[in-house]
Amino acid sequence: MISKRVFPWLDERLGLTTIYKTTLDRMVPKVNWWFTLGSATLFLFVMQLVTGIMLSVYYVPSPDKAYDSIEYIMTGVAFGWLIRGIHHWGATLMVITVFIHMLRVFFYAAYKYPREITWTTGVFLLLATLGMGFTGYLLPWNQKAYWATTVGTSIAGSVPGIGDFILRALRGGSDLSAVTLARFFSAHIWMLPAVIIALIGVHLYLVIRLGISSVPKEND
Amino acid sequence: MARSSNVTRRGFITSVMAFAGSIMGVVVGLPIIGYLISPALNGAKTDAWVPVGKLDNYPPNVPTQFSFTRTKVNGWEKTVNSYSVYVLRGDGDKIKVLSTVCTHLGCRVSYSKDSDTYACPCHDARFSREGVVLSGPPPRPMDQYETKMDNGTLFIRVLAS
Repeated sequence: MISKRVFPWLDERLGLTTIYKTTLDRMVPKVNWWFTLGSATLFLFVMQLVTGIMLSVYYVPSPDKAYDSIEYIMTGVAFGWLIRGIHHWGATLMVITVFIHMLRVFFYAAYKYPREITWTTGVFLLLATLGMGFTGYLLPWNQKAYWATTVGTSIAGSVPGIGDFILRALRGGSDLSAVTLARFFSAHIWMLPAVIIALIGVHLYLVIRLGISSVPKEND
Repeated sequence: MARSSNVTRRGFITSVMAFAGSIMGVVVGLPIIGYLISPALNGAKTDAWVPVGKLDNYPPNVPTQFSFTRTKVNGWEKTVNSYSVYVLRGDGDKIKVLSTVCTHLGCRVSYSKDSDTYACPCHDARFSREGVVLSGPPPRPMDQYETKMDNGTLFIRVLAS
C-alpha cells in the first residue's frame, strides 16, 4: 500500500506520531464519566463553529433583513432547519456541559496547584460562552430576542456609576438599534470566537502539559 | 485471542471506528453540501402569461410601448424588475410583441415615429418597425414574445431566469 511509504515520509518531517502520542495517547489516571465533559464541550464548540459558519452564508445582520433571512434559512434552503437547529440546541447544550464541567473540577478540587491557570482560563471560557449565548440570542431579531436584549443590557446598565456607559457601549447608543445588532453580530462571529479559540489553546496545552488530576481519595 | 482469523482486537476496533466515522462524515457532510448548493438548484424559471391590455388599445401599424413590472423573490429579498415591450398590430390578426432589450449588449431601444425605426442609444443600432436589423452591431433581430389572445385581451409569455 502506498500509505505504508507515504506515512513514514510525512511522519519523519511532521512528527505526526509524536503529536498523536502526546495529545491522544497520553497517560491518564483511572477516572470516571464526569471527566468526559471537557471533550464533550470541545466537540460542541466545533459543531457550533461549523454550523455557525454555515449560517453566516445566508444570515444578514440588519434589522430589516435579519428575520427574513432566517425565515429563508428555515424554509427556503435545503437542511437549513437542521443546521440552525443544531446551532440553536448546541448552544444550550454547550452552556450546560461547560457548567457541569466546571462543577466537576470544583468538587474534585482539580483547580489546585499546579492547575490554577487551567482553571482561570476555564473561568474566562465560561464567561465567553455565556457571552456567545447573550450575543447570539439577539441575532434572530424577533420579539423575544429584542426584549431579552433590552432587559439584558438594562441589567448591565444597573452597575453603579459606570452603568449608563456600559449600557451605551453594549447597545452602541441609548437605544437598541441596527447598531446593536451589528455589534452583537460582530462580537458573536469574530471577537468572542477568537477569544474562545485562543483560550481553548492555552487550556488544552495546560491539560496536556500537566496531565489531568485523579479522583480524590478519602485521605486527600 | 484471535482464534478463527488473524483480525486483532485493536485492528477490529480501528476498522469499526473508521467505518462509523465515515458514516458520520457522510451524514454530516451531505446536508452541508445540500445547504450550500440549494439556491443554485431552486432557481425555478418564471413562465407567466402577462396581460398587456385589450388589443383595441393598440393602433394598427404603429409600435406602441407597454411597460409592466414583475416581482421576483431572491432568498430574503424581493426585487421588482421593469419590463418594456413594443406591441405592433399588423394587418388582420398579425401581432408582434418586441422586447426593448437590444440584442447587441442589452441597452433599451426606443421607437421614433419620424424615422419609423427603433434606435439603440448605446452603439447607434437601428431596427426596422418589424425588428429587423438595419444597421449597427446587433447580431440578430429584436426578440419577440410569444403571444396569445384571450377574450379580446392580449397576453405575452414572459420567461425569466
